[in-house]
Amino acid sequence: MSSLRRRKPINESSDSKHNEEEEDEDHDDVDADGDDDVNGKNKKTPSKIKKKRGEKPPKQPKWSCMDTCCWFIGCICIIWWLLLFLYNAMPASFPQYVTEAITGPLPDPPGVKLKKEGLEAKHPVVFVPGIVTGGLELWEGRECAEGLFRKRLWGGTFGEVYKRPLCWVEHMSLDNETGLDPCGIRVRPVSGLVAADYFAPGYFVWAVLIANLARIGYEDKTMYMAAYDWRLSFQNTEVRDQTLSRIKSNIELLVATNGGRKVVVIPHSMGVLYFLHFMKWVEAPAPMGGGGGPDWCSKHIKAVVNIGGPFLGVPKAIAGLFSAEAKDIAVARALAPGFLDNDIFQFQTLQHVMRMSRTWDSTMSMIPRGGNTIWGGLDLSPEEGNSCAKKREKKNETQIADQAGSENAVCKAKSANYGRIISFGKDVAEAPSSDIERIDFRGAIKGHSAANTTCRDVWTEYHDMGFAGIKAVAEYKTYTADSLVDLLHFVAPKMMARGTAHFSYGVADNLDDPQYKHYKYWSNPLETRLPNAPDMEIYSLYGVGLPTERAYVYKLSPHAECSIPFKIDTSADDEDTCLRDGVYSVDGDETVPVLSAGFMCAKGWRGKTRFNPSGIRTYIREYNHLPPANLLEGRGTLSGAHVDIMGNFALIEDVIRIAAGASGEELGGDQVYSKIFNWSEKINLRLDEEIPVHSSR
Amino acid sequence: MASVLRFRKLCYVESAVKCTSVGYESFEIDEKLDKKEEDVLSANNFALEINKKRKQPKRQPKEWRCLDSCCWIIGYLCTTWWLLLFFYHCFPVTLLRVPELPGPGVRLKREGLTALHPVVLVPGIVTGGLELWEGRPCADGLFRKRLWGGGSFTQIFKRPLCLLEHLSLHYETGLDPQGIRVRAVPGLVGADYFAPGYFVWAVLIENLAKIGYEGKNLHMAAYDWRLSFQNTEIRDHALTRLKSKIELMYISNGYKKVVAVPHSMGVIYFLHFLKWVETPPPMGGGGGPGWCAKHIKAVMNIGPAFLGVPKAVSNLFSAEGKDVSYIRAMAPGVFDSEILGLQTFERVMRMARTWDSIVSLLPKGGEVIWGNMDRSPEEGHVCDFSKKSHSKTSLTTNNVNNSDVKRGFLVKDLANYGRIISFGKPASILHSSKLPTSDSKVFSRTSTSENFNNFSCGEAWTEYDEMSRQSIQNVAADKAYTTTTLLDLLRFVAPKMMRRAEAHFSHGIAENLDDPKYNHYKYWSNPLETKLSDAPDMEIYCMYGVGIPTERSYVYKLSPNSRCKSIPYQIDNSVHGEDGSCLKGGVYFADGDESVPVLSAGFMCAKGWRGRTRFNPSGIATYIREYRHKPPTSLMEGRGIESGSHVDIMGNFALIEDIMRVASGATGDEIGGDQIHSDIIKMSERINLGL
Repeated sequence: MSSLRRRKPINESSDSKHNEEEEDEDHDDVDADGDDDVNGKNKKTPSKIKKKRGEKPPKQPKWSCMDTCCWFIGCICIIWWLLLFLYNAMPASFPQYVTEAITGPLPDPPGVKLKKEGLEAKHPVVFVPGIVTGGLELWEGRECAEGLFRKRLWGGTFGEVYKRPLCWVEHMSLDNETGLDPCGIRVRPVSGLVAADYFAPGYFVWAVLIANLARIGYEDKTMYMAAYDWRLSFQNTEVRDQTLSRIKSNIELLVATNGGRKVVVIPHSMGVLYFLHFMKWVEAPAPMGGGGGPDWCSKHIKAVVNIGGPFLGVPKAIAGLFSAEAKDIAVARALAPGFLDNDIFQFQTLQHVMRMSRTWDSTMSMIPRGGNTIWGGLDLSPEEGNSCAKKREKKNETQIADQAGSENAVCKAKSANYGRIISFGKDVAEAPSSDIERIDFRGAIKGHSAANTTCRDVWTEYHDMGFAGIKAVAEYKTYTADSLVDLLHFVAPKMMARGTAHFSYGVADNLDDPQYKHYKYWSNPLETRLPNAPDMEIYSLYGVGLPTERAYVYKLSPHAECSIPFKIDTSADDEDTCLRDGVYSVDGDETVPVLSAGFMCAKGWRGKTRFNPSGIRTYIREYNHLPPANLLEGRGTLSGAHVDIMGNFALIEDVIRIAAGASGEELGGDQVYSKIFNWSEKINLRLDEEIPVHSSR
Repeated sequence: MASVLRFRKLCYVESAVKCTSVGYESFEIDEKLDKKEEDVLSANNFALEINKKRKQPKRQPKEWRCLDSCCWIIGYLCTTWWLLLFFYHCFPVTLLRVPELPGPGVRLKREGLTALHPVVLVPGIVTGGLELWEGRPCADGLFRKRLWGGGSFTQIFKRPLCLLEHLSLHYETGLDPQGIRVRAVPGLVGADYFAPGYFVWAVLIENLAKIGYEGKNLHMAAYDWRLSFQNTEIRDHALTRLKSKIELMYISNGYKKVVAVPHSMGVIYFLHFLKWVETPPPMGGGGGPGWCAKHIKAVMNIGPAFLGVPKAVSNLFSAEGKDVSYIRAMAPGVFDSEILGLQTFERVMRMARTWDSIVSLLPKGGEVIWGNMDRSPEEGHVCDFSKKSHSKTSLTTNNVNNSDVKRGFLVKDLANYGRIISFGKPASILHSSKLPTSDSKVFSRTSTSENFNNFSCGEAWTEYDEMSRQSIQNVAADKAYTTTTLLDLLRFVAPKMMRRAEAHFSHGIAENLDDPKYNHYKYWSNPLETKLSDAPDMEIYCMYGVGIPTERSYVYKLSPNSRCKSIPYQIDNSVHGEDGSCLKGGVYFADGDESVPVLSAGFMCAKGWRGRTRFNPSGIATYIREYRHKPPTSLMEGRGIESGSHVDIMGNFALIEDIMRVASGATGDEIGGDQIHSDIIKMSERINLGL
């Protein structure tokens, strides 16, 4: 600034004097900071000087704070642009080059490796995405969603969630009575491979697998993403969108256009159940089913490669339905108490989320199936004796050998009662069953509804229950898989009435019973037979080595109006019994316990059983979880986590080999790290066709 | 405060200007001044520290000023920008939205229309998106990214040569080159927007959704528009997929027939499909003779290029159109410069010539349809449109003038539209007897040993490089070409391309449609060489815009020769007709929608298929719906709701309303039968075609 002034005299000499005066003033100002007569001296620009007061003596005296800020921002912008420019000018392979320079040469992605081996695209591939990972877009909405036509509400950037959360919740919810669209709102699944390749920018789901398949020659005509609206019950996707018919037609088209080669189906997570439902639907006669005839599956399907399949449900679904929370939320609540609970802004986040997710029928497909037979009773559970070594393993991988020794010691001392999926209080969870006094809640009177008037926005069925009902629930103390279903019926009768019309959670006694022709049994592997397709193969691919939620310790939440009356007791911790923050965990892939993912392939369908009358071959492929070695690897190429496993190179290689024509034996048969076979042995489930007089063992 | 800030800002701007303009001389003086001042300052017993500070960075402060103020200005701008952006996002969406006219969807929904027939959209050339599935190393990181359409075209600017390489097809086979797989983007996203904000199908889709359409009853038949139609089936099974989709929609929507809405080249693609689907398996889809009657309610062709477009000729012949030649006239040397060695045109031409589909758009029907040396169906057409677009307000006076002009003009200067390419203006005007006869014998190649620029311009090779100078001049000496001789011309200048493409397309008129040779697929997309299928209940609509000057024929010249300019011809943009003539910038214009002349779009519906003809044995009902072009009245309207131009017509409310009414069950008579603004009936009558 001052140089400018100094230069001025050249052009305007008449001003020079005045300028010099001002120059003087400036220096006065700097020196005589706090002098009283400064103000008297400089009457011309009092405001300027006032502003400069209190600042440090600046080098360029005329620069105000604003200017500095602007200058600073300008600098940052320029640097930013420069970097951006450099980034864009950089060749695309540069990051890979850097990574390789640091970590040494990366292994070839499986697609490249197998292409070198000479593998080629053979069987067409069908992807069936799971819950939550599929994109949803708006086709018709309320006024508040204007401008979002055909924009993604789910998946993609999620920008709208932050902008208009209530509007978003409204559009994502379904009708509470029918489980279909609310009036005037149509949200539909995105179709095509884009539906579930990335869940959010940079967070891949199917993208890595697709990219690797493309390397050996797959493209749009040989791949198909069976996108469906994952909020609906399985049969409703057909009723509303004809999704099952479309999948049938597309599979037929794939087979026809690829020279009669059968498809390889790759379902993930809930897609596993969905496809189970599909296989049953497609062979059922026309009004309820697809009318494909009894040999449709054997004609069109080579293999079903299930990734992380919750065949028998996941305990996580219980926590989600019961109190709209899971491990993550419970931990967050423990860390910052009051943050999620306060009603100051009337956010009532959890209540909104709960109300929304309870309208989704599909969440009920994930409730644990098979009752006490599978998941264990009050005292016994198949996983008994499991230690939490895996958790520690993460911390010090080098000492695995030592641990193996200590493991046993720990296990003998105390074992968790995994069968008690929900218990109220830690003492209840640990006490022997004889010590627990339980008061049956089933007949309990719910009492008059509490807080029905004030919580207009976030009505959940809890508000119908009243205090007596809530108390009755807590009095029963502990719930096993059997009584859980009753519990849910008690706390959310409307939701469960909707849900039980579409799903069933039992074990069939006699599969010939005509009632099992109804579609609500089709997605439960314990209540349906596999199709008659002896040449088909069923794979179960899942990660192991991660602690997975299995049972919860609950407490009554301090009562406040409009809140959920139960919450996970995060104070309950026990190193020995895998209890942490109120959650018992077992081996699994962080979402699905090994038992649920592996049992059917390990025992339920192994050989010729009554669930698998044609003797479809089953294979278990487990992948031990190894966290990414460094940050550059992103989500890791050896991960075993529920979604990240889709980027696991070993899994991708298996999938590609199957798609290129390999059979299960050529792949290496079973590959097991967990104790799934031990645990399956412990489950006392009849597998022979005839009805026994009394159950053995 | 504000005034102070403004003052300061002014100062900085001034200083910035001075820094640059005054330059070094003033700096030197400044230094001296500085020293003087400093002496004065020290004499005045100022603090020593300050002096030291000043002296040490002696030079720096001055250099800094400029940079500083730059930074300051940028920072200032950024901050305001962010603030505005922040406010913009804070505003409720409804407040900022320009009060839009409620689209026809809303109105028709109030009328009680609901989705009835499933709708299949068939995109045209160029508008469909293409994505990469396998590429060369230069296309690293573009896997499943769009190379064409949809998102942004940033990649074109980043690595143009790489992109051209990937978008080209194999010159011999017309299929993928080795190691490159580029495929059509499937689904509605394939062609809803061509570029961000530039809609193609999006408006139509949005309006259809208002009355209940969604993924299950709305399908985009995306296909790779670069391939010949039969090749889309051979490589991608696109036709089989379309057949299966239509069957599925027919069944899953309660046995309701499908309404197909093809656009531009999609029209002849769908024509090909209709024929293919009923043909027995090895060559066709094996749907049986009743397939179309069973599955299709109506075909609503938008901007149909039934008989081809003359634009395709100039594109293939010299890789330019009206727009390009204008730019060339305005800024000569931009395209022609070789400084960067870009050879833009040669490369573009080479790419375009590998696309078989462009050949499908060459004018069909020869001289019978498009006119010969002296006669053409559009004869007597008056070009008043150039004025119209300039002065809309004086429309009434204009009309008066027009009739005057018409009278005078008709006598003195006739546009010979039949001569699609003429070399030099005289050749386009003179009577045919005065022109040298175009003898096909001329089209024999003089020895190829004369190839003169083959070695240095290797990369952007076009077939012109194989021609000798002599034969290039021979072509020009022939003066004028009609549609029939044009094909010979193209065969001469680009023999390989035409050999490849003519295995897939034919451009003639059938004498006897029962001739078994017409069972071959190369005739299926030519409406003059196929019968429509036996589906008496089906309806065919021709919907197109009129009132925009449309390229019809060209005046060419030899381009100035230089070594690597391997396109020897270019449109002679210096040729202008008199006022009122249809010749402008070397291009003769006729009525149309800016791309397709009325003749090509309307003739089949107006005459070729009207009633029971040999091309339409079952008497499928045809309807012509013309939409007069009205440019958008204000900027707010974007591309206009009454536009008639080739792509913008997809946002024309009247057209959308027609489609929606038909989709929800109306017949052609219910929506008002024919709606004609142009001279299409008169033109059709002049065409002497046996029906």
